[in-house]
Amino acid sequence: MTARLWNRKTRAALLILPLALFIGIFFVWPLGIMVKQSVLDDAVLHLLPRTTEAIAGWDRTAPPTEAMQAALIADLRAADDEKAVGDMVRRLNSAQSGYRTLMTKTLSAVAKPETGPLLTDVDKRWAQPAFWIAIADALEPMTDRYLLAAVDLERNKAGEIAGLPDGASANRTIFIRTFWIAAVVTFFCVLIGYPYALLTAASTGITRTILLTAVLLPLWTSLLVRTAAWFILLQEQGLINGFLLSMGAISSPLPLIFNRTGVVIAMTHVLLPLMVLPIYSVLLTIPTNLMPAATSLGAHPLRAFLHVLLPLSLRGVISGALLVFMTAVGYYITPALVGGAGDQMISSVIAFYSTQTANWSMASALGIVLLVITLILYVVYVQLSGRTSVNGRM
Amino acid sequence: MTTKYALRRLGFVSAAVVAIATTPALARDLTIVGWGGATQDAQREAYFKPFAEKEGTKVLEDSWDGGYGVLQSKVSAGTPNWDLVQVEAEELVLGCADGIYEKLDWEQIGPKEDFLDESVSDCGVGALTSSTGLAYDSEKWPDGPKSWADFWDLKKYPGKRALRKGPKYTIEFALLADGVKREELYEVMSTPEGIDRAFKKLEELGPNLIWWEAGAQPIQLLASGEVAMTASYNGRIANVNKKEGKKFVFVWPGNVTATDSWVILKGSENKAAAMKAIAFMSQPEPEVKMAELITYGLPSKKAAAMVPAEISKDLPTDPKNLAEAVPLNIEFWIDNNESLTKRFNAWLAAR
Amino acid sequence: MVDYHIRLDGVTKTFGALRVVDNLRLDIVRGEFLSLLGPSGSGKTTILMMLAGFQDATEGTIYVDGHMINDIPSHRRNMGVVFQSYALFPHMTVAQNVAFPLKMRGVGRAEIDARVNRALDMVQLAALSERRPAQLSGGQQQRVALARALVFEPGVVLMDEPLGALDKQLREQMQLDIRELHGRLGLTIVFVTHDQSEALTMSDRIAVFNKGLIEQIDTPRMIYDHPATRFVAEFIGETNLMEGEIAGREGGEALIRLDSGGMLRVRDRAEFDAGRRVLATVRPEKVELSEAPAAINSIPVAVTDSIYQGDHLRVQLQGPGQRLVARRDRRAAEWTPGAKINATFAPEDCWVIVP
Repeated sequence: MTARLWNRKTRAALLILPLALFIGIFFVWPLGIMVKQSVLDDAVLHLLPRTTEAIAGWDRTAPPTEAMQAALIADLRAADDEKAVGDMVRRLNSAQSGYRTLMTKTLSAVAKPETGPLLTDVDKRWAQPAFWIAIADALEPMTDRYLLAAVDLERNKAGEIAGLPDGASANRTIFIRTFWIAAVVTFFCVLIGYPYALLTAASTGITRTILLTAVLLPLWTSLLVRTAAWFILLQEQGLINGFLLSMGAISSPLPLIFNRTGVVIAMTHVLLPLMVLPIYSVLLTIPTNLMPAATSLGAHPLRAFLHVLLPLSLRGVISGALLVFMTAVGYYITPALVGGAGDQMISSVIAFYSTQTANWSMASALGIVLLVITLILYVVYVQLSGRTSVNGRM
Repeated sequence: MTTKYALRRLGFVSAAVVAIATTPALARDLTIVGWGGATQDAQREAYFKPFAEKEGTKVLEDSWDGGYGVLQSKVSAGTPNWDLVQVEAEELVLGCADGIYEKLDWEQIGPKEDFLDESVSDCGVGALTSSTGLAYDSEKWPDGPKSWADFWDLKKYPGKRALRKGPKYTIEFALLADGVKREELYEVMSTPEGIDRAFKKLEELGPNLIWWEAGAQPIQLLASGEVAMTASYNGRIANVNKKEGKKFVFVWPGNVTATDSWVILKGSENKAAAMKAIAFMSQPEPEVKMAELITYGLPSKKAAAMVPAEISKDLPTDPKNLAEAVPLNIEFWIDNNESLTKRFNAWLAAR
Repeated sequence: MVDYHIRLDGVTKTFGALRVVDNLRLDIVRGEFLSLLGPSGSGKTTILMMLAGFQDATEGTIYVDGHMINDIPSHRRNMGVVFQSYALFPHMTVAQNVAFPLKMRGVGRAEIDARVNRALDMVQLAALSERRPAQLSGGQQQRVALARALVFEPGVVLMDEPLGALDKQLREQMQLDIRELHGRLGLTIVFVTHDQSEALTMSDRIAVFNKGLIEQIDTPRMIYDHPATRFVAEFIGETNLMEGEIAGREGGEALIRLDSGGMLRVRDRAEFDAGRRVLATVRPEKVELSEAPAAINSIPVAVTDSIYQGDHLRVQLQGPGQRLVARRDRRAAEWTPGAKINATFAPEDCWVIVP
């Protein structure tokens, strides 16, 4: 009996093993790496053990001591892993611009045995405390600088958390903008998607197939084709402006592309199926006799809709809104192609740090902030919509 | 199912799994990665096909949009699936310092003095030199803009303008428009006041300034009349004039030149073939063919000397054009790209 | 003069070429329980849908209290509708479901509470008022639907196979409950069913439908004892049919010569002349069985099967040229298959119709 039970449990465990492995390898593990990446700060520490000791007593304002300079030369001579050196330079340059060229020059100088003991002879920049502060600040194995920088904060000289100076970074603005654009797109998807889903669910046969295909089409179309289509439609000499002008509805072309309007139109277009399909599938599960029942009980068709069909289909709206919002938050190519200068979303900043500058720590930190805010919004959303969603369960 | 049958089947399955797992992956052919579009079409005709014919091998192609992080992660992942990659100047310098490229064997390529200075490095050899500059449609402006100062002249040339999104080139063009001399440009840019001055100049264009990211976009913007003028790559302009009969003009004064290079990714399994390909592409004859197909500057001085004058006048490396150009300061951008991009994004977001 | 609550005058409903209801004339008396009985596709549900306002009549007029209602939308017809699948609102509690029609009519909250409680008491569900429909059994759900259809005191209640989804025992209980409610509240109820025993149990009158037409409309007793047509005779209960022709009349009874041979004496119907081909119908419970032949109406038969059914014994018989069936008391003699016996019945238990 117990053996059989155990057997069944084992079999059940084996059945979900692929799922568990998949989630572990492709979700939990990368997430762990991302978290580690965003707080780990050992690129400098590993390579500069002597400098770490020499810099310990330094007051961060005086010119660098000879001991510090000699220690750095010794450390750089001992470093033999090119890639590790590259990581260190990248880390230092992101704290202090100019480190790249300084280090290139310094590294080729220390390769010659006659160089030393003073680095200030190699490049006068080594006399500036700023370059040494960059090293001193990079010697803790863990750091919160990336996470702070992701939300436009830093530690000031006293070690307190403070805002970055104006104009230095715009992550906070871009985060807010990202969530705002996602919310606006979600709103328009509901506005257009709900009636569309109603229409589709109420239709039959070929009409239903055509309606479903029409809404799915953008998902099957390549980004380039879609962008070209939007361009043709939305530009100043485009179809929409041409039509409105010829109708006399407007006297000069409306700016529909390379601005927020273009971004919202394009994203609503692409994400509409994610709204329509969940609502549509929920509508299909609602018994067809509820609306007649409501009208027979004295409800005007509009009130019947508000009291019966709408609350019952809200489940679909909720999951559709969630899908659209979450997907929209991650968009960056579409806003880049049809948006204006002020429509950049946070994913493009993350892409900049990962593909352009290989600053994985910064990219990870921004990713984590994005994830955390999204999770918080999700919890709030579930709390707010919880009652409706329970009520809506059939 | 009997136990015996089950065991036999299990045996067969595991044998198959072992067989699959131990079969060495089929050797990949030499993979060359360019930047796509008309340029890569020209490279295919001038370089890849003749090389494959000569060597009797196959050449695979891929294309990318740049980004140092892409290369860095490919190399640190182990065996990269690209061999020979066309990189921008900063990627060449960064990657060479980080050791993510193979060192080149210049014996195979030829004497270094035969090449332009920007085309010679331990890790790479020049692929092409391109210019980024002002472009406009001469059918719209018969008396078109002649400098970056004209780009900022909204009275004389009303309409929108487009620049490449990002601080690189943008800051150079803004300061040139503001009257900074070419030879003092990077000196000014090295000071915080210089950068402030550039952003202030950008403010002047207000809502008339829009941004592009992909190289095909400025052409599209010009063609549709969406913008009055734009920054663009010289090769794209010449190409669309040739292919579609447009009358676009590329303004040479104040153009910024930059040289792309061929590099071999560290750990490439086709290192020898890639080296041979680099040597082939650095010969004068294929380079002349390349210049006939697309108007980018040639790394080989010998090749440049062989190009007919009517083609040469459109090349960024033509002495007359070069005299009006600013070479992109790679060191400056290596040091400052990250911080200026941050500032640029903040500036955009605040507008 | 009879007070007609609802009148259908020449009502026709077509779907494409299909005439589902064909030129129907039907008067529904105030306070009566009228069942619309028929096989599926006979048009009975369509009539209900037209009464409720869910479908429009293609032709003809529907009157309620003398007013034409064809153009009045469903929500202003003030008719309670009970659906086969209950059609309760799953997102509302039992109390909210029952309160719904009152809320739609703008009734005050205090009055809503009082009337909901009364309605739930009436169907004995006051204890479950805070549950959701999914937490109730089928019978309980149908009671809620009933309370919801009655709480706003409609003049007419339309029921579309309301008990069809319930099991037999529950169905029979609900039949009695609805009948009792009808008697107590004096409602006009139009009840659609395909279950003849349900119609017999509950109705004041039954309209038997076939192919969009009414075959017969009458009290359950008349429908059962004196079916007008072969369709009604066969659809309502079980019956033995014997074909023959009127041979003559004798002592107030008619004589029928059966096609299978033999002569029957039956209750006379003056409208049938001699020589007219007829069907003699006898309900199985009226068929007597005996070893010895009877004096009249004796048909020699062989027992083919004898089935014990609890409250009665069902005896399958093979007579000359036709099968017969009899229902006998289960305490009577067991009839073993193969036994040669005689079936008989009283002349007044045999009803003659045209074939």
